[in-house]
Parts: sequence; C-alpha cells; structure tokens
Amino acid sequence: MSARRGAWRVTRGLPRRRARLARLPATAVAMVALPAAARAGTPMYYLKTFGAKGNVSVPLLWGLLGLSVFVILAVSILVVIGIARGRRVRAGPPGMILPVGRSSGAMPWIYGGLVASAVALIGFASWTIAVMATIDQPGRPAAFTIEVTGQQWWWQARYVDPKNPSREFVTANELHIPVGKPVHIKLVSRDVIHSFWVPALSGKTDVIPGQVNETWLEADRKGVYRGQCAEYCGAQHAHMAFRVFADAPDDFAKWWNHELQPAPQPAASAKLVALGEQQFVLRCGACHAVRGTSAGGDRGPDLTHLMDRTSIAAVTLPNTIGHLSGWIADPQQNKPGAKMPNLDISGPELTAIRTYLATLK
Amino acid sequence: MAVAEYEKLPRADVPSPALEKKLHDLWETKPGIFGWIATVDHKEIGIRYLVTAFVFLIAGGIEALVMRLQLAGPNETILTPTEYDQLFSMHGITMIFLYALPVLSGFSNYLFPLLLGSRDMAFPRLNAFSYWTFLASGLFMYSSFLIGSAPNDGWFNYAPYALKPFNPGLNMDFYALGMIFYGISTTVGAANFVVTVMRHRAPGMSINRLPIMIWGTTTISVGLLFANPAVSLAFFLLWMDRQFGTHFYDVAGGGKPLLWQHLFWLFAHPWVYVIVLPAMGIVSDALPVFCRRPLVAYTLVILGTITTMVLGFGVWVHHMFATGIPFLSMSFFSGASFIITIPSAVAVFAWIATIWTGEVVLATPFYFFAAFISMFVIGGVSGVMTASVPADLQLTDTYFVVAHIHYVLIGINLFGVLGGVHFWFPKFTGKMMSEAIGKVSFWLIFVGFNVAFLPMHVTGLLGMPRRIYTYPENVGWTTVNMITTVGAFILASGILVFLVNVVVSRRSGVEAGPNPWDAPTLEWATSSPPPPYNFPVMPAVASRHPLWEDRLDEGTGHSSVLRGLVLDDGKETLATSVLDATPVAILKMPEDDPWPFLVTVALTVGFTGLLIQWWWMGGGAAIAVVIGGIVWLWPRADLGQKAGAAYE
Amino acid sequence: MSDTAIEPEEPLTIGRLQVGSIGRHANGWWGMIMLIITEAFLFFYLLFSYYYFALQSTGTFFPADNPSFRYSGPETGVVILASLAVFFGERGGRKGSRLQLVLGLLAGLLLGCGFVALQAFEWLDKPYTLASNSYGSSFFTVTGFHLAHVVVGLLMLLPLTLWSALGYFDRQRVVPVTIVMMYWFFVDVVWLMIFFTFYVTPYLR
Repeated sequence: MSARRGAWRVTRGLPRRRARLARLPATAVAMVALPAAARAGTPMYYLKTFGAKGNVSVPLLWGLLGLSVFVILAVSILVVIGIARGRRVRAGPPGMILPVGRSSGAMPWIYGGLVASAVALIGFASWTIAVMATIDQPGRPAAFTIEVTGQQWWWQARYVDPKNPSREFVTANELHIPVGKPVHIKLVSRDVIHSFWVPALSGKTDVIPGQVNETWLEADRKGVYRGQCAEYCGAQHAHMAFRVFADAPDDFAKWWNHELQPAPQPAASAKLVALGEQQFVLRCGACHAVRGTSAGGDRGPDLTHLMDRTSIAAVTLPNTIGHLSGWIADPQQNKPGAKMPNLDISGPELTAIRTYLATLK
Repeated sequence: MAVAEYEKLPRADVPSPALEKKLHDLWETKPGIFGWIATVDHKEIGIRYLVTAFVFLIAGGIEALVMRLQLAGPNETILTPTEYDQLFSMHGITMIFLYALPVLSGFSNYLFPLLLGSRDMAFPRLNAFSYWTFLASGLFMYSSFLIGSAPNDGWFNYAPYALKPFNPGLNMDFYALGMIFYGISTTVGAANFVVTVMRHRAPGMSINRLPIMIWGTTTISVGLLFANPAVSLAFFLLWMDRQFGTHFYDVAGGGKPLLWQHLFWLFAHPWVYVIVLPAMGIVSDALPVFCRRPLVAYTLVILGTITTMVLGFGVWVHHMFATGIPFLSMSFFSGASFIITIPSAVAVFAWIATIWTGEVVLATPFYFFAAFISMFVIGGVSGVMTASVPADLQLTDTYFVVAHIHYVLIGINLFGVLGGVHFWFPKFTGKMMSEAIGKVSFWLIFVGFNVAFLPMHVTGLLGMPRRIYTYPENVGWTTVNMITTVGAFILASGILVFLVNVVVSRRSGVEAGPNPWDAPTLEWATSSPPPPYNFPVMPAVASRHPLWEDRLDEGTGHSSVLRGLVLDDGKETLATSVLDATPVAILKMPEDDPWPFLVTVALTVGFTGLLIQWWWMGGGAAIAVVIGGIVWLWPRADLGQKAGAAYE
Repeated sequence: MSDTAIEPEEPLTIGRLQVGSIGRHANGWWGMIMLIITEAFLFFYLLFSYYYFALQSTGTFFPADNPSFRYSGPETGVVILASLAVFFGERGGRKGSRLQLVLGLLAGLLLGCGFVALQAFEWLDKPYTLASNSYGSSFFTVTGFHLAHVVVGLLMLLPLTLWSALGYFDRQRVVPVTIVMMYWFFVDVVWLMIFFTFYVTPYLR
C-alpha cells in the first residue's frame, strides 16, 4: 500500500523535474541557482534514466518490480484466503485434544508453483544476461576518457584526449560530458573503496585502490545529473556527491577549451586580488592547485576555474561567495572530519582569498 | 547380575516416582553460584541463549531508533558522523551476529534433545562453552563503547578503510578479535548440533522422521563448519595487517582489497541462510500444528533446505557485482542467484498448501507464522531483484538493500522467532502466553515493521545510499525517511508489549500442561517445563508425528513414549545409529563442570591482551587455556573414558 | 525403515549395548571429524588467499628464486613419520600393549618437535619477512597456521603419553588416542597441500 503511494509520488515528481532541467540555462551564473530549482525533484531516482546505458536497465528493473509485486500480492492473497475460506478450529483450553487430518491433493500446487517460479526465474535470468551484454560496452567507441580519482571525500577528474595529450586538464566534483556521446571513465582510488554512481545515467562501479575499473556514461539529453559515492568510505561518505553536466556538444567543446586555460593574472590595479593570490598560494597552495600560479598541491581539488562550478566541498554547499567564505573559515563545521583543516585564517586574509577566488572564472 | 566393564543389557519399563526421584537427583543442577556457572543442562543454556540474544536485540534496537531520529529529517545533527558510523556498525553486528544466530541457537539448544527424545546434547560442556564464549565475545565487542571506539566500518567492514592508516583507533581491533572469538562459539555450537543429530536420537527416529527444525539447524550447522573459517581468517588477516604490517589487503605491499570481500562474502552469504533456515524450520514445524495437519511436502521442503544451503556457497560474488568482476563470472553468479530462489519457493508453496488443506487455529503463534509467509516473500523477491546484475548495479548499496535485509532479518528471522517463542513458551515455563496481549503485540509489530520498511524500498529507488549519516533536503528522501522513523517506533512499541507479555505470562499465565497445543512431536510428550532429565524412560518412535500417529494412521508400529529403556546408572543417554537410529551404545554424560566457564574467562583475558597488545597477557592466557583444556578432557571413569571402571 | 521401535508391553528387542566411549561410538570421535572438517576449510581459505594473489598479481607476486627443498623436504618426511609413529602407538593400544602405545606416542612427540625445529630453520632461511610483501605475508601466515597445528598436536600428545603411561587405556578404552591420531593424519595431509602449493607449484609455472 505504502509502496504504491510512494511510487506514485515518484512518478508524479518526475515530469516536473525534467521540465526544470530543460529550462536550465547553460550559463554558470544560472547554475548556481540549481539546487533551488531541483528541490522538488528526485535527482537520484533511477527508474527513469536519461542515457543509453541506464535506459536498457530500466525496463528490466520495472519488470522485476512488477514480478515482485505480483508474487507478493498473489502469496498474500493466497494466505488470507486460505485462512478465511473455511474450516476453523476454535482453540480450547490448553491441552484440549483437537482434530488432526491429512487431506491430500496439495502436491499438484507445489509442482505447479515450482514450474511457474522456475520459468519466471529462467526468463528473468536470460533478460538479465542480455541487458548485461548491452551495457558492457558503449555502442560506439568513446571519444575521450575521464580519469576519475575517488578519495576521502571528493572526486578528482582528469580529462584525457587520446589524440592530443596536451589537451589534458584536471577539475573536481563537477564533470561535463557532451550530450549523445559515450564517455569512457577510468576509476582509481587514492585511499579506500568508493563507488562511482550517477543513477540517472548508469549503475554503480566501485572505485578500488590497486586496480583500475572502467565504465562509461552517455546522456541523451541536456541537464544536470547528480552522482554520489555509494560505497561507505568513512566519516563524510554522506557528503561525497558530484554532478554530471550534459552539455550540447558545442558548449562542451567550449567548456573544455576554457578549462585548459590557466587562471587569469590579477590586474595590476586589483590590489586585494593580488594580495589574495599571495595568501592563497601561502595558505592553500600546499593542497590546492591553481594553474598559472605556484599553488600546485593535489591533495584537494584543483581550483583553477572554481567559479565555473555550482557547488563546493563535493556538492555539500552551493558555490556562493557566502558559503565559500564560511567553508574556508571553518570546513570542520560544515563537513566534520573532512581532510581540509581549520587554518585560523584571519578576517582580512579571508576577505583577500575570497576576493581572489571569485576571479577564478 | 554380572559386572560388565564395557557393556550392559538395559531394561525397559514405565516411569515410577522412585525412578523419577533418582533421575532428578542425578541430573539436577546444584543450586548456588557454582551450579549457575557450571551447569551443562541444555535447557538452561537454551534459555540463556534466548534471553541474551533478546538483550542484544534490544541494544541493537535502541541503536536503530537513535539512528532513525538522526535520519528523520534532512541535515539533522543529533549524531556526529563518527557516532553515527559506530552506531550503524554496531547495529548490524549486533543484529546479525549477536541476535540472529544466537536466538536460533537458543531454540535449538533447548529443543534438540527434547525433539530428538534424548537427555542432552552430544557435548554438554562444549554447549556451555559455546554459550559462554558467545556472551564473552558479545561483551568484548560491546565494551568498545566504553572507550568510545566501537567498530565503525559497518558489519561487512571493507578493507582498506578497516586498515590502520584510515582507521587508527582500537575500533577495528575490537571487531576483528571479537569476531574471531565469536567464531569459536559458533563453530563449537555447530559441531555440537551436528553430532547430536547424528548420535542422540530416539530409537526409530530415522532421518526421514526428523522435525524440519532439526533439519534446518543441522543443515546450517554443517554450513557453518564450512563457512565460519573464512570469516575468522579474514578478520585474523585484517588484524595481522593492522598489527604486524602484513600485506593481505594493503595495496602498498601487493595486497588486494578484494581478497577481503571474497573471504567475507564466502562466509557472509551462507550466513544469511544460516540465520533464516532454522527460522523457516520453526515455521515448518509449528505452522502445521495450527493447521491441524502434517506439513505438506515434507521431503521437498527438506531437500529445499539442503539445496539452499549448498547453493548458498555459490552465490557470494553477487555482493560484488560493482567491483569490476569479469562478464562471464558475473553471468554465472547472477544465474546462480536466480536459481537459489527455487528451493525457497517450494517452502512457500508448502506452507500455503498446508494452510489451504488444513483447519486453522487462530492463536497468536499462527498470526506470526502467517505474516511470516508474506514477509518471507517480500524479502525473497527483493533478493531476486538484486540477483539481476543491471538491476543490482542500481539497487546495491542503496536503502533498497537495507529494506531487503530487514525483510530477511525481521520478516523471516524475527517473525519466526516471535511465533516460536509464543509456541514454545508453555514448554519453557509451564505457562501460556496471554493471547490478548499477544495479538496486540503482533499487530503493533506487523504494522510498525511494514510502515518502517515497505516505504524503505522506495527510499532506495529514490537513490538514497546506505550508511550516510545525513542527507540534503533537495533530493526527495525526506518524507519516506520520516515514515520509516515513525514505523520504527511503532515496531519498537510492539516489541515492548511482547516483552511485557513474557514477564506477565511467566508470572500469572494459564497453566499449560504437557501438550497445550495438541502438537505431534516428542517435546510435548514430557511435562512443561521438562524435568532435568527430559524423559524418565527413553522414548522410541515409529513415525514423524509420535503424538498424532494414531489419528493419522502413519508409520510402522507404534511410538512408545510411556514405556522405554530405563537409563539410571549415572547420567546416561542413548546413542543411536546415524541413518536409522538403531540403538548402538549407552553414553555417559558429564556432570556440571566449571571448566567451560573458566576457559572462557581465560580466552577473554587473552583476547583483551591481544587487543591492548600486552603480549605476555595473551601468552599467559593461552597457557591457562591449554591447562584448562587438559583438565577438561582428563579421562574419567564415570564418563566411560578410562580403563578399569565397571558398570551395572 | 528401521523397526527398532519398542512396542508397549512387548519384550525388549535390544541386545546388550556398549557403555561409554568406545571407538566410533564415542561422541569425541565424531567431534574430531567435525573439527577436521572445519579446519580443512580453514586451510582451504588460506590456500585460496595464496592462489588469489598468485592469479591476480600479474608476475609481481613470486620472489625471484623458487623455494628450496633444503628444509621443506626433510620436514615432509618428519611430519609423515610423526603420524606413522602415533599410528603405531594407537595400534599398540588397541592390542593392549602399553609399551607400544607409549613408545609410539613418545616417538610422535619427538618427531613433532623435530618438525618444529626444522620449521624454525626454514623460516630463518628466508630472505623476506612477514611484512615484506604479500608473498611473505602468505608464506609465513600459512606455514605459521600449520606450525600452530603441529604445536597443538604436541600439546595433545603430551598428556596422552602421560595418561598412556599411567595405564588409563586398554584395548577398549583407547579412543582418545584414536582421536589424536586422526588429528595427526589431518595435520599431515594439510602439510602435503601446503608443500605442494608453496614448494612445488612455483616450479610448474
């Protein structure tokens, strides 16, 4: 009963979400407003997917769900009817001798049930294998590879163009992919096991230290798809989400070209920005990289184009200047246990760093 | 009468007050603290298992309720992430290891000799030892809360997060050593059940006359002998990696994190069957009593039980579909995971057919058993869904799997157990449980459970990953989580009412008499509660339902429970042959003995020494264990282990 | 279907029954079978770990040199002789010869200690340690588990020899010796599996 009510809620929620996704402007400014836009939706729902890989699994999932509900209802109804339909013995005081019998004729039901379940199970097993074969590899070869490194508790992404090694760059927590094209994903871990999961596009693939797992993604419509770590990986497993932006191919190409650029040099007039850059390199550069500066750490996300992202701290907070300041001032408050320490950054320092970061478009 | 050193001719007789007095004096546990520590009475041990398992159930339940408060709404801050991680880990460990199997061991310990028509288990002292080590290992793991370092990597405890670089505290050491310790308990318990079934049966109780619950427990006990070493080893290697720098799971020295998953699931998937097959056995034996007929398809149900256990060893990889396993291997394990459903389906159809072709008695146990069937099917079909690789890649590690495991653990294990408690309570205590309170508790548990866990499937379909301590508000998980929290509290209130029923009925329940339900098996042939020696004369059986056979016209000859072999020359019971249960020997059973307890104390000291790395303490305890073992096993004339003793 | 059921009021159809622990009628004999089953699986999982490493680590798992038979060869002989000695003692016990029983057990005890000593040399002979890499971890852990079983076997033989010397056993009441003998056979078989796995298979690569 409640399952049905829940399912109804879900399906009704979906078209609304799709409409919102379709309305999303591609510009970064509007993206900042995304969490608000998606609030009513269910971004991690996977009985409706938006790409070649997810789509073949959805009918199988619905089929299995349908079979399950049918079996549950059938058995429950049989139990209830069996109890209600007839001869009832009233329990007397303890120890009263009650009738005992052994009516026959039940065995055909058992054999029938056995055959029916075997047929259903073999059918679904065959369907399963067929779908497995389909999702194993994309229909066409992928144009490029994203090497995703899972680590406590964020995602690093390295874009690799096999034809042109110089077009490689690193970003974090927000992936972009071109609509309608399969993308090859290589998964490695820097510490413990994580699991890479974008439910609206694909099932999970574990990210395991000491081995390279591979998967692929394809989105067939523009939009933002939420992903999240699905293997328990420690204190902040709950805040290890990411986003996949499916862009029009032209927008995607532009985005890639933009990401390749180093960060802009602070203008000579912008004293505060220049001070911020200095402070950033000093205080943050051991862990974070901004290409074009001497900040080259890789323990934390690459921030070269931070302002292109809609969120910070692995989609824990929206990327607004207020949240950014709060995060830098006290990461442990926002994400207890996160690897980014509280650095006791003074007010003026914070203002400078924040102002500098705001220029990393 | 000639003095015989190695054999004697037992006589058959009917019970007399003098015989009962003599047996009582022989078998009774001495009062006082010594008797409490030293008792080897399987009934006392069985009750201890049940009570201890329920205490752990309550502890695990409280952990669950606290977590449900944290998850009731988005971004709650009732718990810190570290607290939450310890709670969900201990909740799983508690329910899966410290409740689910021990509660079934409680039933089996209490009922095995009674169902089989014997006087005790094959190894009474080992039986006491298995209880003490279970209790000690449970307390060992729970003591981690005292220093705020409870296990924090979930019950399946994946490496490398469980390794020292990521988990430097004692948390994992408590779990690793605690599970090795606990493994001793399950292993000796399992060995005891298997030998008891093979050796301690009433004459005539051939294997095709064994109650299904016996089959269930025996099957899983054999399974445990196969599976348990995997987890003990997995945890031992983990502990070695942590303490001695070995490289089993540690990538740096060539270790493989997936080795942990293979070893763990080689054990843990069979374990799922270990904690449900005996519960299914309880239902298969007790449900027919309330349908006033024998179980339909006895033989098929037993074959199904055994097949399930065997196949259960061939599906462990379905917990690892997302780990990058080769395609062919995944297809095989996916197929096997579908097929394993078929034997369970047999049981479901057998129960339904039993209800349909029987005459139903609507007593509280029946309510639990009837509900059990539906819950069983829900837990079963959601399991089938995860057998399908593409579906599983979405479903795994979401709340869908959490819902699934709760339908298995609560729906199958707890519903069977609660029905079993209502059913056998009169045998345990001599008093009936209150039907009125029983029905209130049933409805609260049934409604609360389904309100909590049916919507949880939807939570999973909405993509909520498991083991997250909180969630944002814009992902659509708020309402379903609130419903689950409400349901969890209704469920808890039902458990509370059940516990009240136990306390009230024990004090002032209606007198039960030997066979209140007019049930067919041997445990109902003796008084309630049974005397320390179970049966004044050894019963012999000629059918599957000794107390119904006149009315069912089954078997060859007649069972004899009122007249049988008199074994009163010390603590004696009958040994019978494995298949046909023909009498082959008279076994001498041990007196109460403090050594099982003392060896457990030494083991506890030893494991504590290993935990805090006081090696001398571990070494000293090992010496104590060896000495204790030698004293325990010292050949004794009264047990017929030594030359030169005379009998008769 | 057996017809041993005792009919009410009918004369007893059961003959004389053995009393106490004798041969396969002793629960302890069955208990040892259970122990051996579960221990066999323990070693199965241990060797599974080794083969898992060997198959999953492409070429990087094995040490440069194949293992030497310098100590492991004699060890194999000694451990087989040890269980043969226990077997000899057990036969003596069953014949009622206390001398043969005690001598057999003593010989088993000495040979077992010899195995432990050889194992110590074998361990010291290795260039790698427990903590070097996963091969070292596997080698020392698996042989260590086996060594621990040999030590437990010695701890069983010690009181057993004492009990035998004290005349606790006769032709009928000798099942504790039989049980320990079964355990020694098991330890033997396990050693042969380990020997094949660690010392022979590297040459077969």
